[in-house]
Amino acid sequence: MSQLIWLTIALPILGLLINGLFGRRIGNRVVSIIAPLMVLLAFLVGVGALFDVMGHEGEAVTVHLWTWATIGDFNVPINLQVDPLSVTMVLVVTGVGFLIHVYATAYMVHSDDHGHDHDDRDFSRFFTFLNLFIASMLVLVLGDNFLMMYVGWELVGVSSYLLIGYWFDRPSEEQTPIDLGPNTEPVKLQPLLSPSASGMKAFIVNRIGDVGFALGVFLIWSTFGTLQFNEVFAEAVHVSETMPNVIPWIAALLFVGAIGKSAQIPLYVWLPDAMAGPTPVSALIHAATMVTAGVYMIVRSNIFYSLAPEVSMGVAIIGMATAFFAATIALVQVDLKRVLAYSTVSQLGYMFAAVGVGAYTAGMFHLITHAFFKALLFLGAGSVMHALHDVIDIRRMGGLKDKMKITWITFWIGGLALAGFPLMSGFFSKDEILANVFAVSPVLWFFGILTAGMTAFYTFRAIFIAFHGKPRDLHLYEHAHESRPPITFALIVLAVLAIFGGVLGLPVFLELPNFLDGWLEPVLYALPHAAEEHHMAFGTELTLMITSAVVAVSGIFLAYFFYMLQPSIPQNLARSTRPLFALLAHKYWIDELYDTLIVQPGLKLSRAFADGLDKVVIDETFIDGTARLFGRFGGMLSKLQNGYTGSYALATFIGVIIMISYFFLR
Amino acid sequence: MILSLLILIPIVGAIVIAFVPRDQDNMIKWLAVGITALALLVSLPLYFNFQDGVSGYQFEEIRPWIPALNIGYHVGIDGLSLFLVLLTTFLTLISVISSWTAITDGLKEYMIFMLLLEAAVIGVFVSLDLFLYYLFWEASLIPMALLIGKWGGARRIYAAVKFIIYTMAGSTLMLVAALVLYVNAGTSDLPTLVSTLNLSQNLQIILFFAFALAFSVKVPLFPLHTWLPTAHTEAPTAGSIMLAGVLLKMGTYSYLRFAIPLFPDAVAYWSPMLVTLAIIGILYGALVALVQDDVKKLVAYSSVAHMGFIVLGTFSGGQQGMSGAVLQMVNHGLSTGMLFFLVGVLYEQRHTRLFSEYGGIWVKVPIFGTYFLLAVFSSVGLPGLNGFVGEFVILLGTFSVNPIAAALGTFGIVLAAWYLLTATRKVMMGPFNEANRNLKDMNMREAGIAFALILFCFIIGLFPNLLFDKINPATAQLAETISATTLIAGQ
Amino acid sequence: MIGEVPLSYYLLLSAILFAIGAGGVLIRRNVIIVLMCVEMMMNAVNLTFIAFSRYLDSTTGQIFVFMIMAVAAVEVAVGLALLVELNRHKASVNINDFNSLKG
Repeated sequence: MSQLIWLTIALPILGLLINGLFGRRIGNRVVSIIAPLMVLLAFLVGVGALFDVMGHEGEAVTVHLWTWATIGDFNVPINLQVDPLSVTMVLVVTGVGFLIHVYATAYMVHSDDHGHDHDDRDFSRFFTFLNLFIASMLVLVLGDNFLMMYVGWELVGVSSYLLIGYWFDRPSEEQTPIDLGPNTEPVKLQPLLSPSASGMKAFIVNRIGDVGFALGVFLIWSTFGTLQFNEVFAEAVHVSETMPNVIPWIAALLFVGAIGKSAQIPLYVWLPDAMAGPTPVSALIHAATMVTAGVYMIVRSNIFYSLAPEVSMGVAIIGMATAFFAATIALVQVDLKRVLAYSTVSQLGYMFAAVGVGAYTAGMFHLITHAFFKALLFLGAGSVMHALHDVIDIRRMGGLKDKMKITWITFWIGGLALAGFPLMSGFFSKDEILANVFAVSPVLWFFGILTAGMTAFYTFRAIFIAFHGKPRDLHLYEHAHESRPPITFALIVLAVLAIFGGVLGLPVFLELPNFLDGWLEPVLYALPHAAEEHHMAFGTELTLMITSAVVAVSGIFLAYFFYMLQPSIPQNLARSTRPLFALLAHKYWIDELYDTLIVQPGLKLSRAFADGLDKVVIDETFIDGTARLFGRFGGMLSKLQNGYTGSYALATFIGVIIMISYFFLR
Repeated sequence: MILSLLILIPIVGAIVIAFVPRDQDNMIKWLAVGITALALLVSLPLYFNFQDGVSGYQFEEIRPWIPALNIGYHVGIDGLSLFLVLLTTFLTLISVISSWTAITDGLKEYMIFMLLLEAAVIGVFVSLDLFLYYLFWEASLIPMALLIGKWGGARRIYAAVKFIIYTMAGSTLMLVAALVLYVNAGTSDLPTLVSTLNLSQNLQIILFFAFALAFSVKVPLFPLHTWLPTAHTEAPTAGSIMLAGVLLKMGTYSYLRFAIPLFPDAVAYWSPMLVTLAIIGILYGALVALVQDDVKKLVAYSSVAHMGFIVLGTFSGGQQGMSGAVLQMVNHGLSTGMLFFLVGVLYEQRHTRLFSEYGGIWVKVPIFGTYFLLAVFSSVGLPGLNGFVGEFVILLGTFSVNPIAAALGTFGIVLAAWYLLTATRKVMMGPFNEANRNLKDMNMREAGIAFALILFCFIIGLFPNLLFDKINPATAQLAETISATTLIAGQ
Repeated sequence: MIGEVPLSYYLLLSAILFAIGAGGVLIRRNVIIVLMCVEMMMNAVNLTFIAFSRYLDSTTGQIFVFMIMAVAAVEVAVGLALLVELNRHKASVNINDFNSLKG
């Protein structure tokens, strides 16, 4: 089956070709069969490959397709590599991807006030892009060299751009200010970016990160003379001895790419705006798969990071800082999808903290569980949006639990998993990360546990406001209804995964089997001198675990207290800390900061170049000036041409006489 | 024989069209299509019979021309010129078809000039004799200037005069330098010159400058670029396709064909300067493109940026850079040609190219929108499409020689994304601009052209070795020439 | 048989003819007369050619004369045609009226 792994990429490409070229002709129903079917088939191929890999104990199988480019000593083949890491990613991408495709077949059908269903205007275009994303993501994870990783890296970026901007003609939306009660000025919110602007922002911010990634790839080539993973990693230890500065540079440059793609400080700004895309896109790309590419990259090239401990520490610090920072913003967001978006940024921070402290398995574990529960939460949010005609402001929801039972229950499950409620999947993975972080730096752990508390709080804040209490907008409430089977199907399957996903990596210290630990062994390069693992005392581990559990439960309870028992508290609190509240509500003014510091000066510089330097100085002064100079000189000489034939003839005669006299007199 | 045929077919075709009565529009069009298609067909064996892995010229032809002065008719191609010849025959056909309805006035002369332009440009790419080359080089100016001057926009005369005087002024010094070479060696045959010339380094430096000036105006390299936006905005669509697609390549190609092999000792002296200008061009062109309000001007400035990559690869990238540069010439021809063509499709219907006149038209013209996006992606350098291969290889090669230049160049691709996506957003996305309610989507002819162009973009993007296998021997030899001389200079 | 006329006589005559022609070109305003003066100069040259041809006993000079006469005929044809056109254009034969190349 491993030899057929190219099918996982070829099938979605086939799907996108069919839907892209003939989508309008074959009709939307056929489109909505083909697109999920291709992903399902790819998933099945992935399952086959999984058994293959398990069969030969994780040894990598390389499938050579063709040679991409050869120039002198630069040679890059198009190879696919099947090993535990790539198969894991393939299964997550196609598995969650399939569910989301199924979900989308119902989500992209809008029902109007009279209960009539209408397919989205560009139904087939949506599924074309969605299949394109799956194919790109698989290129990213299956390539056996850095070039293919970079190719996939860019392609997922463009799929994301296309899908965020899918509703390209929608304008930007104003947001209603947050009311802080009587006698207090409401906190005004910035308008939401239009989908087309959001898509562009995502692509460009990603590209800034890609510059780092590309330079990292160039540095790898000029150091190792190859881009193949196995050759590069085999040489890495040797290189780090002969050229100690190179590996940290490579690690840092590649991480810049990860910062962009995985939305870490300072390049996280695109992800919240990416919510302008359709919700399945947010679930698939901006929660479950694409944004975790950075984590995958670091796990894949773990040897660089193990050889560059200072860079790894930087990764961990940036990760944890992002986790904390994004969580604070999520506390006050009023847009359900944005709460989840900041939560995604925050959870990605956890993953980077994990891989930064060398806990690659823990990072991958959280990547997987996060894919399940965050996809679930987004799809739940989408289901709510669908029921409420695209209203996503939680201040207009309330009491939805009676109207949409399945959505409500599954959303709860997702929320519990995200909050790290004991025995849910998120609990195990988050706990493993926090334990590993604690072993390296208790300070980072402290921020981690604070973040965990905030996570539990903001998740349930959203749940209580949206699903419980009294309806705030009766009209919307009246029209709300449970979503159709494709949507609830995806929700239920993901909910099951969100509950039981934790069995992949049960805590080792409780002597439970940790499947992932041994599974990823083959792709993790053990350093000869780094034998000491972070083994902590049983008591410490248990204490940490109990602390996480307690923090999660108290976060949930605090949310219950604030939003169910004493709903006046949050508003009063916000009023008394108005500056802080406004700061959070405005996302620390980071977007405005970037705009003033980078975008506007850039545009101003451009304008100065275009209107000043280019037009006035270079063109009009130098180029046309030179022409004018010659023109003026010529104008002076042209005075000699007086137009009288006689004088021309005279000049000729004089010239002849001078010439003849020269010959005679010399 | 093929190469001479390629020069002759368009010339003979032009003469034939000259005898067609001027009211026979359809006959003229079909004749022009037939002739350019024939040229394309004749040029195909160049690819299929080209021998891989062999350095040196192929399809060579040497005949005495002015024997008294030892000037010969010597044509031939190698990996550097093969794809440029193919690009020329391909883009000329595309240009002729794209003018189907756009040109109504003076169609006969228009087609004649198109064909003469093709002949001259092919002549430039295949000439291996300095004087023959110079002849074609200057000859190519005339039809282009006339195309701009007669069928152009409002300021067409200004643009045409600027184009012709600017580029001609650039090449006068080259003529002087060519004469110096001729006097020194007694022949103008390029391979003989390369193998026998033994000039002092100082003389090489001076002569290199004279040649490079002509080429840099043509490329155009910052700050010699201002003729380009003017020429592009005024030129008719097909003129822009030819100008950006093949005429600019004459400059970058000539660096590789003449400046470097003839004056290898001067390369080390001048390349820091050229690399700096190329980097400035990449960043500056991108920034200026960002704030244009005319779509065509934006594409024109993007050409300045993209051509900067080619110069960067030529002068700093070793063999990888040079191969990438040759490939990027083809890439730029395809993707920018396609962008100009697509802008032309809109212009033909709306008679405006201002961003403010468009917006949200993707709803109305989905086929056009798809091709526009693909063209933009190709130009932005997205993997899977052609632009990526060239840029990646150029930057990779540059990095191992000059990491700072590579870093700045890589930053250029961020700016490329910025201005091209801004353009996409302004034209295709956002709320629908009602002024476009009568806009029609591409017809079969237009969609066919776009499909042909994008097909090659994908082929090059996925299987670049189809080209690299043929380009590499030539660039390997060049890279060796340079590194040999830098080694000697270093000792 | 009268004795040979010396070469210098011919040369003198031709010089006089040439000077008259040149003076006419410079001084006269009437285009037709200017044209005639040019013809006169040309014939002065012809005379020199023939004289030398005889003197040197070589036919080259005579060949040149035929050549010049042929060219002169053409030139007159073109010149007069231009003149007619100019006259139509400006209704004048005054050479100073034709000054559109004035800088």
